[in-house]
Amino acid sequence: MPKDNQVSPELIQEGERIMRICNACRYCEGFCAVFPAMERRLTFEESDLNYLANLCHNCTECYYACQYAPPQEFELNFPKTLAEIRLETYKKYAWPGPFATLFQKNGVASSVLTVASIILIAVVIFLSTTTESFFSAHSDIKGAFYEVMSHKAMVVTFSTVATFMVLAFVIGFIRFWNDTRGANSAEVTPSAFVQAVGDTLQLKYLDGADSGCAYPNEVPSNARRTFHHLTFYGFLLCFAATAVGTIFHYVLGWEGPPPIPGISVLPGESDGLLRSLPVILGSLGGIGLLIGPAGLLWLKSTRNSLLADPKQNGMDAGFLVLLFLTSLTGFFLTAFRETSVMGSLVVLHLGVIMGLFLTMPYGKFVHGIYRFGALLRNAVEQRTMPQLGSE
Amino acid sequence: MNLSFTYDVLVVGGGNAALCAAITARRAGARVLVLESAPKDFRGGNSRHTRNLRCMHKQPMVVLTEAYTEDEYWEDFMKVTGGLTNEPLARMAIRQSETCMEWMMEQGIRFQPSLGGTLHLSRTNAFFLGGGKALVNALYRTAENIGVDIEYGSEVRELKITEGRFTSAVFSRKGFSHEVRAKALVTASGGFQANIPWLKKAWGDVAENFIIRGTPYANGLILNLLMDQGVKTIGDPTQCHAVAIDARAPRFDGGIITRVDCVSLGIVVNKNAQRFYDEGEDFWPKRYAIWGRLVAGQPDQIGYSIIDSKAMGTFMPPVFPPIEANSISELAELLKLDPEALRKTIYEFNNAVQPGKFDHAVMDKCGTAGLTPAKTNWARKIDKPPFYAYPLRPGITFTYLGVAVNEQAQVIMKNDKPSKNIYAAGEIMAGNILGKGYLAGIGMTIGTIFGRIAGGEAARYAKG
Repeated sequence: MPKDNQVSPELIQEGERIMRICNACRYCEGFCAVFPAMERRLTFEESDLNYLANLCHNCTECYYACQYAPPQEFELNFPKTLAEIRLETYKKYAWPGPFATLFQKNGVASSVLTVASIILIAVVIFLSTTTESFFSAHSDIKGAFYEVMSHKAMVVTFSTVATFMVLAFVIGFIRFWNDTRGANSAEVTPSAFVQAVGDTLQLKYLDGADSGCAYPNEVPSNARRTFHHLTFYGFLLCFAATAVGTIFHYVLGWEGPPPIPGISVLPGESDGLLRSLPVILGSLGGIGLLIGPAGLLWLKSTRNSLLADPKQNGMDAGFLVLLFLTSLTGFFLTAFRETSVMGSLVVLHLGVIMGLFLTMPYGKFVHGIYRFGALLRNAVEQRTMPQLGSE
Repeated sequence: MNLSFTYDVLVVGGGNAALCAAITARRAGARVLVLESAPKDFRGGNSRHTRNLRCMHKQPMVVLTEAYTEDEYWEDFMKVTGGLTNEPLARMAIRQSETCMEWMMEQGIRFQPSLGGTLHLSRTNAFFLGGGKALVNALYRTAENIGVDIEYGSEVRELKITEGRFTSAVFSRKGFSHEVRAKALVTASGGFQANIPWLKKAWGDVAENFIIRGTPYANGLILNLLMDQGVKTIGDPTQCHAVAIDARAPRFDGGIITRVDCVSLGIVVNKNAQRFYDEGEDFWPKRYAIWGRLVAGQPDQIGYSIIDSKAMGTFMPPVFPPIEANSISELAELLKLDPEALRKTIYEFNNAVQPGKFDHAVMDKCGTAGLTPAKTNWARKIDKPPFYAYPLRPGITFTYLGVAVNEQAQVIMKNDKPSKNIYAAGEIMAGNILGKGYLAGIGMTIGTIFGRIAGGEAARYAKG
């Protein structure tokens, strides 16, 4: 791993200073998992800080509750410091290492790679189809978009990118897990795993102990949790739509595109609604991916700037915009798939998705990988490590 | 803020007691102005550093376990004050403490189970989620929402009082002087602990070595104005809630993190390397509040808590790193103590330690024999290097000299008659209840109860 992907010593020093203060105070213990995890330690090495930084959901409740927050002389900005460490851990765990620089220029990278992907898809399409066909209307019966890009070409292109992406995630996760192992080498138990999955799916630590968290400002609110749920479950539903479509194709031999329910049931098909499942799932997910990212972007634009790490603005916005565009272009494609603009919409939609896939291992998406890892470590620790120090 | 008309209730101060008064008065229909001398970022007085309040309860309640009866509360209270109290007021506060949590939750304050490392308080003390600043934020939010006028950075310089009746106050804000009229006045402006010259008047020059744990805005100006206007005072000016804290703490506003919680695990010596009190007399949370005075009584007002590596990791980690050495002589040199004297003190202590089964969770009776002063619990030889030391200074939380009040929170004039329209709540009157000593969490109980009473009575007077 290149040396410049290490977490900077100054940041580690500041993290250590902050943890010492917090561990002597402990008032924020009830907000989330970070403070109880801190209390299982007396000293804070880089590995501890990398773990705690990824366990932090950045709800910022602790900042407003902090008697040592600026302008108090201790100048303690817990959420911002952890956010800064978090970004450096993303770079540290990135695979392949040299790509880690993309985290810093993620906004630019997302734009450039998306445009490049759109061009790439266009090139692939024009290599196998004619200009005339590309700009013609194709009915669903004839396979609609497969007329411009064959199913096989789609599978080959996207499975290559997806394989690379999954590999990057797996290697990143392993690097995180090994880096944060520390003194506690206890094994993951099934109950710890179930707890971590539950904490992730519910966004347990964005509830600020029930009444919501201090995001985008001091007043506790559930807005962020709601928009994140819409985004996350929207994403999952779209993923499910793709998975179901794949099963239909390879297992049941139902070749796409799946019919739009109530509109384009193919003649002689009685199981139309079932066949429409990918469209139904994709549309529900797509709605989530329109409202969720838009809401998160809106919250981000109004949040307290004292708490934000400006280095991450591009990365945060880039990912949210791509999710939004994925959904938007998807809806357009579904609506206009039997018209002459379908070819162009295919290029646009697939290009955006490929841009999203390519930048996912080097952007905001990875927070989910390491957050889950940290929640898993937290669940293991809760079962094996005692809290230290008492009055 | 509208200075052209007469407010019903003027609240001077901006901590828990002040806001409890303001919210109660506003909910009773009064027009209320709060003048907080601190800027917004430092609002809330000492309340921003607090973490819990002590509540009586007959059965488990919200985050509190089991029961904590009035009798038991009273007994705990008598142990620390030695009977130096106004019993009717103290009993009233204890009884009403049962109603505090419900009312506070209605104002948006959230509670949490007792913090890690404070299990002994889970029955008696309700912890604020996020601590005192989160509480202060919730109270201000509620006060703003219901229409209380609030002005920060506004220090009252003059109170106009004739024959025990308040008419107006003059305050300074951004360098300008303003006068505000109100039908009733609630003073909840804290003690005088941040006023070093006043502390020196009471303590002498030793006060130069005191550290003020909380807000630098508690300068006692209002207390002084009330005293000048013929209000009766109560309490000894040297009495206060004082603990031993790390000598490296900032002069003001260091808060909870300056604590040193290992006194009962080792020994404490003064600058002559001599022990001066039984470090193992009782559980630390029951004794932490006497060590401020104990250290204040030592030469140069300094002490050193000394432990060995056996104790490391078993107490709340202090914010400042310990001074560490591999031998007693080396430690003495780092602390600038006489190495020979420290070695002798520790040698004699170690020889006096009796065999027993050490258990910090109970009063284990592991003590010393033939040593003066004795250590009666948790005495273990200090023999396993590295050795660690934390320097200690008296840390003043708040002073007890205050204005005398009655059960309606009305201040009492020197002629023993209650003022018509002046009320007091919080630290400025806590000395009525706390003649000496301190019981963890009772400051917030007093503030909440007398704040609510003062606000309610002030509104009733103003509206009546």
